[in-house]
Amino acid sequence: MFEIIQKLFGKEPQGSKDIAKERLRFVLVHDRVNVSPQFMEIIKDDMIKVISNYMDINESEMEINLTKTNTQVALVANIPVNRMKRSVLPGE
Amino acid sequence: MGEVIVITSGKGGVGKTTTTANLGTGFALQGKKVVLVDADIGLRNLDVVMGLENRIVYDLVDVTEGNCRLKQALIRDKRYETLYLLPAAQTRDKNAVTPDQMRQLCQDLAQEFDYVIIDCPAGIEQGFRNAIAGADRAIIVTTPEVSAVRDADRIIGLLESEGKHNPKLIVNRIRPLMVKKGDMMDIDDIIEILAVDLLGIIPEDEYIVISTNRGEPAVANTSALASTAYRNIVRRLMGENVPLMILEPNDSLWNRFKKVLGL
Repeated sequence: MFEIIQKLFGKEPQGSKDIAKERLRFVLVHDRVNVSPQFMEIIKDDMIKVISNYMDINESEMEINLTKTNTQVALVANIPVNRMKRSVLPGE
Repeated sequence: MGEVIVITSGKGGVGKTTTTANLGTGFALQGKKVVLVDADIGLRNLDVVMGLENRIVYDLVDVTEGNCRLKQALIRDKRYETLYLLPAAQTRDKNAVTPDQMRQLCQDLAQEFDYVIIDCPAGIEQGFRNAIAGADRAIIVTTPEVSAVRDADRIIGLLESEGKHNPKLIVNRIRPLMVKKGDMMDIDDIIEILAVDLLGIIPEDEYIVISTNRGEPAVANTSALASTAYRNIVRRLMGENVPLMILEPNDSLWNRFKKVLGL
């Protein structure tokens, strides 16, 4: 009933287009990565470069993935660390 | 040398063939020499949309396989002096042609015609690769739906990886009343998501159904909204600066009622 009154006065509830837009944005993040498999490799190589400045990591066991939850897309990295590099630890 | 334009979309049923027929006829109305190429081998439809289905003798595969000369396979549209159709084969499949053969075909046609317009099949497989092979530029057709826009995005990525940059977008079947209500994505939403240049917008129009039933491209009609939209796109493709059509919702009984009450 409230909706009908809202409609009568031209104040319509939020339309479904915003839902469509959000869903699209979300699905395209994933799609666009899937189009180029090299993309994840490039990110991975860059991450290795940066992290290696600070710690010894096991590159062959390293995994990065895009995961989807209901509300967002996340870049999840699992990087096994062999040891910290002493030279860059603070206070030395 | 003429220009080779491919009409593509990824998703089926968004209006590629209708767009090909109308843009092609639109160019012919402007006095340009045009050939429409149906690249949907195995599922030809451009011939029926154009109303030329009874005049097919040879087809695209006959040309690439050398069963006939190119000129023998071209059907001249009797209604428009400068409009021709190269129909697809019906009894073969997409693998009957290679991208190299299509490139050659497009090159040959571009010698004779101002515009070569290729109707691409749905999908991203061999048929798509054939259809885009010889194209100078691509036009992507989408509708304001999640599935169609998603596929359009995929196609833009694939075109990019084939070295076909800056495709232009046509948003088809817009329903102004639904956009106004917030129940349909508007042009800005779609452009923001796809990040490509907009070539034109086509409103949903019953006249498209009627003209397709008759096998007469709608673009020649002077009163239908979609026809004007197609003519505008043709003029833009020819370099003219034509503003986007402003789509106002139909004056429904309900809207008139609101107006009377001053709401």
